[in-house]
Amino acid sequence: MAPAATAPRLLGAGVWPRALRPPLLGTATPGRARPGGRTLAGAAIPAVGEPEGSTDISHSILSEPLKHSDFFNVKELFSVRSLFNARVHLGHKAGCRHRFMEPYIFGSRLGQDIIDLEQTAVHLQLALNFTAHVAYRKGIILFVSRNRQFSHLIETTAQDCGEYAHTRYFKGGLLTNSSLLLGSMVRLPDLIIFLHTLNNVFEPHVAVRDAAKMHIPTVGIVDTNCNPSLITYPIPGNDDSPPAVHLFCRLFRTTINRAKQKRRQIEALYELQGKEGPGARGQGPAAPPSLKA
Amino acid sequence: MAAPCVSCYAALSYRLFLGGRVSLSQKQGVWKAAAAELQTGTGSQILRLRHTTGVSTKKNVAALRRETYTVDFIKKQIEEFNIGKRHLANMMGEDPETFTQEDIDKAIAYLFPSGLFEKQARPIMKHPEQIFPKQRAIQWGEDGRPFHFLFYTGKQAYYSLMHEAYGKLLEVEKRQNQLQAKGLFSEKTKTKDLIDSRWLIKEELEEMLVEKLSDQDYAQFIRLLERLLTLHCGSEEEFVQRFRRSVTIQSKKQLIEPVQYDEQGMAFSTSEGKRKSAKAEAIVYGHGSGRIKVNGIDYLLYFPVTQDREQLMFPFHFLDRLGKHDTTCTVSGGGRSSQAGAIRLAVARALCSFVTEEEVEWMRQAGLLTADPRVKERKKPGQEGARRKFTWKKR
Repeated sequence: MAPAATAPRLLGAGVWPRALRPPLLGTATPGRARPGGRTLAGAAIPAVGEPEGSTDISHSILSEPLKHSDFFNVKELFSVRSLFNARVHLGHKAGCRHRFMEPYIFGSRLGQDIIDLEQTAVHLQLALNFTAHVAYRKGIILFVSRNRQFSHLIETTAQDCGEYAHTRYFKGGLLTNSSLLLGSMVRLPDLIIFLHTLNNVFEPHVAVRDAAKMHIPTVGIVDTNCNPSLITYPIPGNDDSPPAVHLFCRLFRTTINRAKQKRRQIEALYELQGKEGPGARGQGPAAPPSLKA
Repeated sequence: MAAPCVSCYAALSYRLFLGGRVSLSQKQGVWKAAAAELQTGTGSQILRLRHTTGVSTKKNVAALRRETYTVDFIKKQIEEFNIGKRHLANMMGEDPETFTQEDIDKAIAYLFPSGLFEKQARPIMKHPEQIFPKQRAIQWGEDGRPFHFLFYTGKQAYYSLMHEAYGKLLEVEKRQNQLQAKGLFSEKTKTKDLIDSRWLIKEELEEMLVEKLSDQDYAQFIRLLERLLTLHCGSEEEFVQRFRRSVTIQSKKQLIEPVQYDEQGMAFSTSEGKRKSAKAEAIVYGHGSGRIKVNGIDYLLYFPVTQDREQLMFPFHFLDRLGKHDTTCTVSGGGRSSQAGAIRLAVARALCSFVTEEEVEWMRQAGLLTADPRVKERKKPGQEGARRKFTWKKR
C-alpha cells in the first residue's frame, strides 16, 4: 500500500498526525502530577519544599519527547520481515472475517485471510510509540487478555515491565464501578493493552467498551474476527499463534522498559544540571539526549 | 478527508487524579471537587471527568460497616498490652520478664472469676494480633500506583498464588522434558506418602490469603496442586506442603495408664468409666483366673441378667484374654445396664496398659474405649416427652 493512500485511511481510523493534534498535551501540563496534591473537598495541600525552578524542569521533561515523532525509536524493534517470520500475517478463515477488518486484510489464500503487514507495521509503530509515551509519563498500563493459553506469559510480561495484568475473569463493574470494587480512591489505568480482544465465547471483551466509557485509551491486537472500532490504536495481526504473541509481548516489554529507562536518564540529567548551580540554568535545557537506547 | 474525531476532542474529557492517602478508613467517593478542579486546573496533568455521584449507601451504618483499624491504632494496642502484662506480673508477684500467656490467662481467671457458661464471653487478655482480625493495608503508594501487579483483578492474593503454582508446574514440565530428551528421565516416585495429611480447607485458605474465595476458586486451586503432585516433582515439595495440614491419628491421643505393682509384686492397673449416671472404678490384675468382683460381690450374683455379664466379658473376649485377668470393681449410681456399661469402659481402659499399641488401636476401632455420650433427653414444654407430641386432633 502506498503511504499516501494509507494516510487518509489512518485519519479515518482516528489516528492523528502529531501536528494536527490540539495543543492539549502541550499547554495543559504545567508540571508533573503532584502526589496527594488534592483532597476530596478541593482544598489544595501546600506543596512541600518544591523549589520554583522545578516546574520548568518538569515541564521540559514532559514536553521534550513530544517534539520528536519517534523519540523512543520504536521503529528499530521490528520489521515487516520479523512480523512475517512470527506469522503475524495469518488471519482466520474467510467465513470468520469481521466486516470492519476488511481494510486491513491484504487478501485471502485457500480460504484463509492474510493481514496486510505494511499497514500492521504502521499501526504497530504508532501503538508502541504511544505506549512508550505513556510509560515515560509514569502512567499505569494494564495488559488484558482472556486467552488461557498465554495467560501466564502475559502476567510474566507485565511483572517484568513493572506494570499490571488482568488475564482472569473480568468482573462487570471493575472500571465503571471501581470505587465499589477496588476501593474508594483508586487510580484507574491510563492505558489498556489487549493482547486478545475477544473473550472465551468469541465476543468482544467487556473492557474494550468500558475503557471507551471511562475515556481510557486502548491499544489492541485485532485479528480478522475482531471488531477494531472502539480501540484507539488497533494493531491488525495474528493473536492465536504462539510466536506472534511472544513477539508482541517482547515488543511491549522492550518499549516500556526503554521508556522508563529514558525517563530515569533524563531526570538524572536534569538533576545533575540543577546541582551544577542555578547560574548554569541560563544555558538553557540540554540538547535532547541521544536516541540510542 | 476531514477527521471525524474533532467533536470528541472538543467534548472536553478530563480525568481527576487524586493521590491515594495512606489511611485505612473507607471514604465515600464524593467527587464534588471535579467542577472546582476544572476551573482552577492546577498542577494536575491530563484531567478527565469521572461522573460519579456522591451516593451514600444506606448500609453505611456504624454497626454494619466492617471495622477498619489503622496501623497506628494496632501499634498502640500492642504497646498497651505489653505494659499491662508487666503490671499484671507485678500484681501477681511474678517476674515481668518471664510472664507467659498461660500465666496471664491464669491471673485473669483468678482476678476476674466469671460464672458465664460461654467460654468466649469470659474476660480475656491476649495479644492484639489474636483479637483484632487481620486486615489488608492500603494497596497503593503515594503516586496512586498499586503495589501488586495483579491488583486490578480484584483478587490479587488468590490469582498471584495461582500464577505461582502454574509457573512451578511449567518449570517441572520443562525440566522433565529436558531430562527425557537426554534420556535420563527415571520413573521413580519420590513423592512422600501423603496419607497423614489433608488439603487446607477453604476457610483456612481464606485466612491465609486474607481474601474471600468462592467454592469454584478453591476447587480450581486444589485441582492445580493435585496436578502438580502427579508430576512427581521433587523440588516443589515444600511449596505443596505449605497447603497440607497433618491429620493426627486418634489412637495416638489415647491415654494409657501406667502399670502399677502392689506389695506381692503383682502387676495391676486402675481405671475409671462412666455411663449415664453410673460411675465405676476397676482394678485389673495382670495374672489371674478370670474372677470379677463388683462392690465386693461376685459378678454372677451382682448381675443376674446374662446381658450385663456379657458386657463385662466383652473387653477380655475381644483380646482373647478371657481367663487371664482378675478384676475388682466398685460402681455406684445408674441402673443395672448403665452400671454394666460403666464397668466395661473402666475395664477396657485398664486393660490398655497390658496390651500392645496395635491392640489398643483395634479396641478403639471396636468402640471399647469410647465413653457412650447418650444421656436421657429432657422433656420439652408443649410435648408429652422429649420427642413424643400430644395427640393431634383435627378439630
